[in-house]
Amino acid sequence: MTTVIAAEAFPGEPAVTDALVREHKLTDAEYRAIQQLLGRDPTLTELGIFSALWSEHCSYKHTKPVLRRFPVDGPQVAQGPGENAGVLRLPDGWAVAFKIESHNHPSAVEPYQGAATGVGGILRDVFTMGARPVAVLNSLRLGPLDDARNRYLFAGIVKGVGDYGNCVGVPTLGGEVCFSPSYSGNPLVNAMAVGLLRESDLITARAEGVGNILLAVGAKTGRDGIHGASFASEDLTAESEKRRPQVQVGDPFTEKLLLEASLELITGNYIVAIQDMGAAGLTSSSAEMAARGGVGVELDTSLVPTREAGMTPYEIMLSESQERMLVVAEPHRVAEIQAVCRRWELDATAIGRVTDDGLFRIVHAGRTVAAIPGQELVDGCPMYTPDAVEAPAAVARRREAPTMAAPDPVTALKRLLDAPTIASKRWVFEQFDTTVRAASTILPGGDAGVLQIPGTTFGIAMTVDCNARFVLLDPYEGGKAAVAEAARNIACTGARPLGITDCLNFGNPDHPEIFFQFSEACRGISDACRAFDTPVTGGNVSLYNQNPRGAIDPTPTIGMVGLLPDITTAVPSHFSVEGDAILLLGGTTGHLGGSAYWAEVLDATVGAPPPVDLAAERQLQEVLIAGAAQRLLRSAHDLSDGGLAVALAECCIGGPWATGTWAADVDLGRHADAVSNEGWLFGEEGARALVSCAPEHVAALQRLGHDRGIPVHFLGLVGERDGHLRVRRAMTTWQWSTAELRRIYLTAIPRRMSPGEG
Amino acid sequence: MSRVAVVRFPGSNCETETLQAIERAGGAGVLLDYRETSLGGAEAVVLPGGFSYGDYLRSGAIARFAPVMQAIQAHAAAGGAVVGICNGFQMLCEAHLLPGALLRNAQQRFVSRPVDVRIERRTTVCTTAYVDGEIIRIPVAHGEGRYTADPAVLQELEVEGRVMMRYVRVPGSDADHNPNGSAADIAGICNAAGTVIGFMPHPERLADATLGSDAGHRIFSSLMQHLALGAAA
Repeated sequence: MTTVIAAEAFPGEPAVTDALVREHKLTDAEYRAIQQLLGRDPTLTELGIFSALWSEHCSYKHTKPVLRRFPVDGPQVAQGPGENAGVLRLPDGWAVAFKIESHNHPSAVEPYQGAATGVGGILRDVFTMGARPVAVLNSLRLGPLDDARNRYLFAGIVKGVGDYGNCVGVPTLGGEVCFSPSYSGNPLVNAMAVGLLRESDLITARAEGVGNILLAVGAKTGRDGIHGASFASEDLTAESEKRRPQVQVGDPFTEKLLLEASLELITGNYIVAIQDMGAAGLTSSSAEMAARGGVGVELDTSLVPTREAGMTPYEIMLSESQERMLVVAEPHRVAEIQAVCRRWELDATAIGRVTDDGLFRIVHAGRTVAAIPGQELVDGCPMYTPDAVEAPAAVARRREAPTMAAPDPVTALKRLLDAPTIASKRWVFEQFDTTVRAASTILPGGDAGVLQIPGTTFGIAMTVDCNARFVLLDPYEGGKAAVAEAARNIACTGARPLGITDCLNFGNPDHPEIFFQFSEACRGISDACRAFDTPVTGGNVSLYNQNPRGAIDPTPTIGMVGLLPDITTAVPSHFSVEGDAILLLGGTTGHLGGSAYWAEVLDATVGAPPPVDLAAERQLQEVLIAGAAQRLLRSAHDLSDGGLAVALAECCIGGPWATGTWAADVDLGRHADAVSNEGWLFGEEGARALVSCAPEHVAALQRLGHDRGIPVHFLGLVGERDGHLRVRRAMTTWQWSTAELRRIYLTAIPRRMSPGEG
Repeated sequence: MSRVAVVRFPGSNCETETLQAIERAGGAGVLLDYRETSLGGAEAVVLPGGFSYGDYLRSGAIARFAPVMQAIQAHAAAGGAVVGICNGFQMLCEAHLLPGALLRNAQQRFVSRPVDVRIERRTTVCTTAYVDGEIIRIPVAHGEGRYTADPAVLQELEVEGRVMMRYVRVPGSDADHNPNGSAADIAGICNAAGTVIGFMPHPERLADATLGSDAGHRIFSSLMQHLALGAAA
């Protein structure tokens, strides 16, 4: 037993009781561990600090053993998990920092601010690595739009995401929006930021140097967001509405100033370390920086600039007020740092120092209100290994098939294009600035976003993906499929997948069937990342996404970046030249289990999703990358939701702002004879892409496919503007007006959001 | 090489690509802090896009009181070229260097998309390199871009040929041609001499062919040509 370090209650604060412990969401066993660690009862301030750092959100106490199995190494990795963001190497000394994070619970009760502050937090995670944010992406999941509450959440979330990123001046380059009943009352808001840096400017968040000064930079500390981290670590209930005051309020204008000041401080070598005061605010930023550096810290909360008088150390330590940074600096640089911040109209205030006793010590005007062994505070939370057992109902669901009679394929495709999950997201991304910074090469509305790196010849591609239906029906295959789809999207632009960040959104891990979903999905992600050489560089776990009606569909969102060595070879998604050949890359088996066709048209979320052939996926990526590099491809689009029929329709419909559609004449010929018509049109087996090329390049693409064992079928030709999509199979022809398909596809969401518009 | 000042306010976020577009057109771009009280010898001023002061209160409403605005007023009064893009256009209206105002978009949502605009007047400092009536496709990205003015002012702008850029419908497009509900489809206006100009679209974002189009480049090459002629005269 170590010596007992005393701490005293702040005047007016109650002694810690069992009821207070429970209110702070700590179990009896966790509380006993705290008492043992301290050798005494904690003060209220200490209890608050423990409750934040030992929350699921900060401690990963249910998930760490599973996450440790992710592949994290590779020659391209400059910074793996454990920092504010992962960093991958690019050519010429450049590097890309990126990270995805959830803001689900706040967005469920206060959609606008919840979503906005989600974007703000993830931007800070990226620029505290020394990277300038150059793009954001988002994955939004909501309940069906026929419900007014879901429409309200959707509109608020989209506006919140947009207003924040737009104001800071970072383009939105991609995203996904999915609708399913499981997200009613449990919306998911996952935001990803991508930043560029010189690898030599990379800075980590390690407090070092005994005697160095801690500075609070940026906004003042208020009473907003107290206990946000523990809020994110419990189920949503009818009581959650009362949490509304715990949702932080964003100020993107201050964020922009903070961004510029932080980058100046980092690239000018003014500082030792920097970290965002994100979840659990000053507590987690200071404790984590100290633990990483193996040092102690002492903070004087009476020095922290506050928005209101009379804030207690407890409130100051747990506030999640936005747009604040904690900076570590050598004492002689403090005045220069304050001058830089002043130029950006920001406060920078010394609030503490690095110590050599390993203690996390909080004083308030001379009184020690917390003194906790620092390493144990960060690493000492008891870990849990929950039971993982698949629910019998889930096993049964995999064996089911739809019972509803199938409509004719012509109607079925129109219904799929009208399904908000598949339909154009123009209504969403036209509210996001996509072109600021003048580097956006491929904009939202295609497979992956691409931007060029000014002053170089190369670009980066980025995407976020997850087919949660697949994960629900088979978590392992679904986890693999999420990574495979992301990689296909990246490869369709011609870029090579480099690495991922993941946002693991699941229900309550104390339920064995939920933890089964979690651990199996992670196993699938690990296997796919190994097969593709795309290490996991970090991410975020969001559990307890459930309300009294049940848990969300398990949703491990994959954010991926890739490298496009020559930006001028970037391949768009849509047809663009009459007379081009249309080719299908990859083999067709007509797999309908788990498909959008079954779910959206036949109202049955059942069946086993397609097994993912990782080797074939990898070979398909290579064909797409080589085809782009050799300038053989005019367009490339991955097959996913809705299969070949939806992919063909999307290629004909064209980009969101196209001035007209393209006709296409397709003959499925004698390929895959045993496959049903529905299987051919709507099956969702992976490792397939639809490409178009000048007719003289068909042979070269067939050779590329042959070398890699990827079948390449000639399907037909791109036709005239505004004609028909015709698909023939033996004696049957299905035909659609492409203008009508475009109208359905573009108006599906606006029609539901504002009748009379669109 | 002509010097063009690009003014950075707190919250500006388009200054870098605006400087690049100026340099691509052969100019020398100079970043000017909003606290400066002189233009430092610049021959033209560009007020770039962004969210000066977070667009709190009203777009451009606080920026007009920045120290640099007096120097810009004087430059404009002396016939110097002043160009406001997006948030810069809003500032020029707030500072009464151009008439009218820019209100919240009619659909009450931010709008980010390409628009088709017709160059309505070639005799301005920014449009000589275009053909009369030429239609170009460049992006808009704004929440407050609905141009409005008194009927008398609108009529005066039309009669004097001071609508320099207008949103137009092009065949095949199925998006609203007017992205924000602006009066008379106005995308940009100028003073009588064509030396003070404001418009909502962002030509600097599409001024490089590697992005797929350089439709906005000639806004900047026109400005450089104008400054070169002025220097020669």
